[in-house]
Amino acid sequence: MMSETAALLHARPMVPQIAHVHRRRHDAPDAWTLELEMASGERFHYAPGQFNMLTAFGVGEAAISVSGDPADGPLIHTIRAVGPVSKALTQLGPGDPIGVRGPFGVGWPMAQAEGRDVVVVAGGLGLAPLRPALYRLLGERDRFGKVTLLFGARRPEEIVFRREVEHWRSRLDIDVEVIVDHATGDWHGNVGVVTNLISRLGVDPAKTLAMVCGPEVMMRFVSMALVDKGVGEEAIYLSMERNMKCAIGQCGHCQLGPTFICRDGPVFTYERLKPLLAIKEL
Amino acid sequence: MENLERILSDHPFFHGVNKGFVELAAGCAKNARFEAGDFIFHEGEAADQFYLVREGRVALQVAAPGRGAATFLTLGAGEVFGVNWLVPPYRWVYDAKALERCRLIAMDAKCLRGKCEADHSLGYDIMKRLMPVLIDRLHETRLQFLDLYGSHG
Repeated sequence: MMSETAALLHARPMVPQIAHVHRRRHDAPDAWTLELEMASGERFHYAPGQFNMLTAFGVGEAAISVSGDPADGPLIHTIRAVGPVSKALTQLGPGDPIGVRGPFGVGWPMAQAEGRDVVVVAGGLGLAPLRPALYRLLGERDRFGKVTLLFGARRPEEIVFRREVEHWRSRLDIDVEVIVDHATGDWHGNVGVVTNLISRLGVDPAKTLAMVCGPEVMMRFVSMALVDKGVGEEAIYLSMERNMKCAIGQCGHCQLGPTFICRDGPVFTYERLKPLLAIKEL
Repeated sequence: MENLERILSDHPFFHGVNKGFVELAAGCAKNARFEAGDFIFHEGEAADQFYLVREGRVALQVAAPGRGAATFLTLGAGEVFGVNWLVPPYRWVYDAKALERCRLIAMDAKCLRGKCEADHSLGYDIMKRLMPVLIDRLHETRLQFLDLYGSHG
């Protein structure tokens, strides 16, 4: 049976629900994580990879991926302060109201990943939309083959969810490699671009499914590196970030060729996106 | 020597090289070992070796005023570094430091250059193996330069 919130969203998709900030955490120099509680008291249900439209009242609305655990806990968003809306959202504190429309879009292919090796490749804040998928992969570990997380960041101090990444590294059921673009003396990890990690990766291409999120340029080259490893273009999934406004495929702001990122994505196969990513005007 | 030939043949850089070439290259090779924190070479010194990593991790670094040593690339097993052996004035333009205990194959640059000069087939084969490494490094450097993960990314 549809929850009250889901029913309202279905009937009036442009009307935000009210939530309140429960907790705010600083995750990177320009990124904050907000834990939200729905004013209705209902639990917020979503699939890994979906996003919400968040309203900073009096400022505007922005599309933000959910970064929490879909099976447990509060609604969590991790937001980089880049524009007026996202800056306003990151400045909200405990008790402040926030508007939530969603969840929207097609998320990560968790069902297709079952029984396969999964390579998760994240760049910068791209780890946020992948985090719900990682929770699912690790929470239902027996359903999946080998799980690998490759994570690239600009600098060591800009590694988001650092404590959690360190925890994942310590687990025996996931391989985690972190690489940074630039490092000074106190960093003893990998330095270089995240595609380096793919070239060193041992994969069984026929068994592998990849989930990739990060800057579009990074995703293009990561996809090519995975294809070079023999992974099929149909088994590489990318989460796209475009200018989402209505989130229901009506306004056209996020249109990429024949697709609407908000409605048809944000997660697509590389097979589908490849010709579109090559068109610079798009 | 036979052992070095086997080690060279096993290294990805030499995969598929014909046996005769491996024998020739092995004549220029020796095992090298460095402990964590050891410098393998320093910027400005003569580039008289070319290295193949068997085990461990190596950091390539440039010191910048006010910032100390900045690592721009780390390498691991199966990779190579030190391509300055190939082009005059044969001088290192960065430091190489062992991040952990490293087992390397050090190829004597003068010896290898001599053998490549004497046998152009060997030289061409080595070039075909080095060029992808150089192209990949150039491409990766461009991506690092683009600063993709920044707030504009």
